[in-house]
Amino acid sequence: MTIATYDNALDEPAAEAAVTEQYLTFVLDGEEYGVDILRVREIKGWQKTTPIPNTPEYLKGVINMRGTIVPIIDLRERFGLEKVEYGPTTVVIVLKVISGERDRTMGIVVDAVSDTYQISADQVQPAPEFGGAISVEFLRGLATVDEQMIILLDIDHLLNSGELKVMERAAQSVAEE
Amino acid sequence: MSIDLSKFVETYLDETGERLEFIEAQLLSIDTADALDAETVNAIFRAAHSIKGGAGTFGFTAVSDFTHLVETLLDEIRAGQREFSAEIVDLLLESKDVIAGMIRAARDGGVFDADTVAHVREELERLVGGSHEETAGAQAADGEDAQAAAWRIRFAPYPHLMEFGNDPLRMFEVLSEMGDLEVEADVSGLPSLDELNAREMHTRWTLTLRADVEHNEIAELFEWVEDDCDLSIERAEEVEDESRHIEEVEDEPTKASAPAETPTAAGRSTGGRSAASSGSIRVSIDKIDSLINIAGELVITQSMLDQTSTDMEEHGVDLLEKLRDGLAQLERNTRELQEGVMRIRMVPISFAFNRVPRLVHDLSAKFGKQIDLGINGEQTELDKTVMEKLGDPLVHLVRNAIDHGIETPEERLAAGKPAVGTIELSAFHEGGKIVVEIKDDGAGLNTEAIVAKARAAGVLTDSDSVTDAQAGELIFHPGLSTASEVSDVSGRGVGMDVVRRNINSLGGSVTVDSKRGQGTTFTIRLPLTLAILDGQLVQVGEQVYVVPLLSIVESLQPRDEFIKSLSGSRGIYKLRDEYIPVIRVHEVFDVDHECEELTEGLLVVVENGKQRAGLFVDDLLGQQQVVIKSLEENFKRVEGVSGATILGDGTVALILDIGGLMRLGRNQARANIATANTAATA
Repeated sequence: MTIATYDNALDEPAAEAAVTEQYLTFVLDGEEYGVDILRVREIKGWQKTTPIPNTPEYLKGVINMRGTIVPIIDLRERFGLEKVEYGPTTVVIVLKVISGERDRTMGIVVDAVSDTYQISADQVQPAPEFGGAISVEFLRGLATVDEQMIILLDIDHLLNSGELKVMERAAQSVAEE
Repeated sequence: MSIDLSKFVETYLDETGERLEFIEAQLLSIDTADALDAETVNAIFRAAHSIKGGAGTFGFTAVSDFTHLVETLLDEIRAGQREFSAEIVDLLLESKDVIAGMIRAARDGGVFDADTVAHVREELERLVGGSHEETAGAQAADGEDAQAAAWRIRFAPYPHLMEFGNDPLRMFEVLSEMGDLEVEADVSGLPSLDELNAREMHTRWTLTLRADVEHNEIAELFEWVEDDCDLSIERAEEVEDESRHIEEVEDEPTKASAPAETPTAAGRSTGGRSAASSGSIRVSIDKIDSLINIAGELVITQSMLDQTSTDMEEHGVDLLEKLRDGLAQLERNTRELQEGVMRIRMVPISFAFNRVPRLVHDLSAKFGKQIDLGINGEQTELDKTVMEKLGDPLVHLVRNAIDHGIETPEERLAAGKPAVGTIELSAFHEGGKIVVEIKDDGAGLNTEAIVAKARAAGVLTDSDSVTDAQAGELIFHPGLSTASEVSDVSGRGVGMDVVRRNINSLGGSVTVDSKRGQGTTFTIRLPLTLAILDGQLVQVGEQVYVVPLLSIVESLQPRDEFIKSLSGSRGIYKLRDEYIPVIRVHEVFDVDHECEELTEGLLVVVENGKQRAGLFVDDLLGQQQVVIKSLEENFKRVEGVSGATILGDGTVALILDIGGLMRLGRNQARANIATANTAATA
């Protein structure tokens, strides 16, 4: 076998993988949302957090995840949905978020974890401009799996927006004076 | 076979940094008026030579070419052909900067400013100039010293070489022990992958060995393979040409993975990648040995506890005491281990102080001032991170001392002081902190000018009276600069407030003490490490916060008669003969709380610089050492909070930032007054 054909053999499955992506879905207020499964670091039950002073309500505080301080965001509150009591199925999905040049680890509180799906690019269509509580800029698009609509989230954009944005330290200190 | 040089590149760059520092220190120590100390010149020469040699090995040709010129100049001085003058010292210092710049560029994969290189190079060539030819000649004649002899070995083994138990790798290893070895592999003879027999040798090599060895020493090594290869060993005439030749070869694409990477290629790729690396630290063997001992103890304790737990199944409760003993031992070992690991990060402060002599040298010449620099306690150890962050504020304060502090010789003589001013740097430990003092015997702070400026800038009103100490504090105010004229060295009005802010952000403080006409002393206090902190745990509602022990003055139960009102809000506490503002932590952090009235809770009196305040909390819990974790890593900076830590039960507690908390307290007080005013008018 020559090197050239060997390379081709490797290329084929890779090309196929490029068009489908695997998503983890979760439920929030009766709707199903999806995040790129490669970003999921851990799924854990709700645990008490340490609140951070003078931050928005949706930032529930921080937890200790094996020595790292991880901020936890309530996605219902972030989207302005109705608040619910946390129950036994309430879960925290810990995600890798790309913030500019670095990675951050952040957790989101959701109602329950649902399923994993392979979704190919041609199954995804852009979200309509209106009709949801969520600003369209945080969405990758809508996908349909088994007659069910899945809202695909752009977590990098969502978890770097508003108060969660990484600020230049120097700029902030100057502003304080 | 591979002599993987790439992993040594980082070490070389680090070492070069140290050698350059050394050269600078040696140059600055030379007093040109005195008879020249031959050993100093030799030491500088050796350092330069090592830099050049390494640069050649790793393929940094620009560095080796440039350093070669420096070396030539040094060699002439060493041989007594040239007098050492202040001009030469300056030129050598500039050359050192150029080499440092090139090394930085090599590390980051960039290119150093070509104009500067050309300029300094020209100066060097002008000096070495006319006598250059003969010096080079003399060098070739007398000197294995400056340029070790180079051997070129062409080694083309026959395919069956390895069948007789010969391994080129081992031979090359022996060669590399003799001196600098450059290996160039010719893989053109390699058959295609499907025809390749791994036991057959198809690679040919050209080796360049820079070492002071005889022909027969090399030939000896090849004795066993003489009949199984084509071999030639000869002196390489032009080493420079050879290295260029290697670069050309390296550009040819090699399809199959070559057994030997060319050293130049390996060196370069690592140079680019290392830009992202986080820096290294050199640690003395003693420190590591002590860690190994403690780790060993830890293993013993662990097995002891394991044994006890097994025994416990059989014998039950009477072993409890033994278990407690074991746990106590485990605790001690763990703490020692932690301290040991922390010690690894500790470096002497001399790394930060080393930048100062050069600064004094350059700036005193620039301002026409004569300055004697004294350094004390440069072996005082502190955390590497703290030290790195100390560097800039330190440089700034020394610049200020030279620019504003020390007067010109004429002014000094007129004031009845010696013409030569002194600047003294000292470092010492004091109660878990490191203290750095920058002391000059210059003019002192011009308090009238500062106060006038503060009034003009509206920082002070005309009616405010100011003590000298308060005037000193004003120099840390943003937007105030004491320089009557703006120079390019200092005096842009963005100096001292930045210094203070940088030091505060490290959990330290900076204060100034000045006497008119006698001098100024800046005192910096910093924690020894940024990784752990002695903390006082306090409770507010359900929350536990950590107050750095270093900033606590005292804790007390407020008494009603000392609680004073200011503009209607009960926000002032009379602490002996001082009035301090009260910061209600629950209010500025907007969290639940137990105690409403000051008298129900506790007041923790804290200090930031010279400011004091009382933190009102529900209760005091224990004191403990906490490991500082970053909030910024996954979130961002939060005002009033310097970080977080993990408590014994696994929950997170926030560490309070006293400076930030004081700012929050002031804003809160203002907001309260505004609300009160609105309520009153409505």
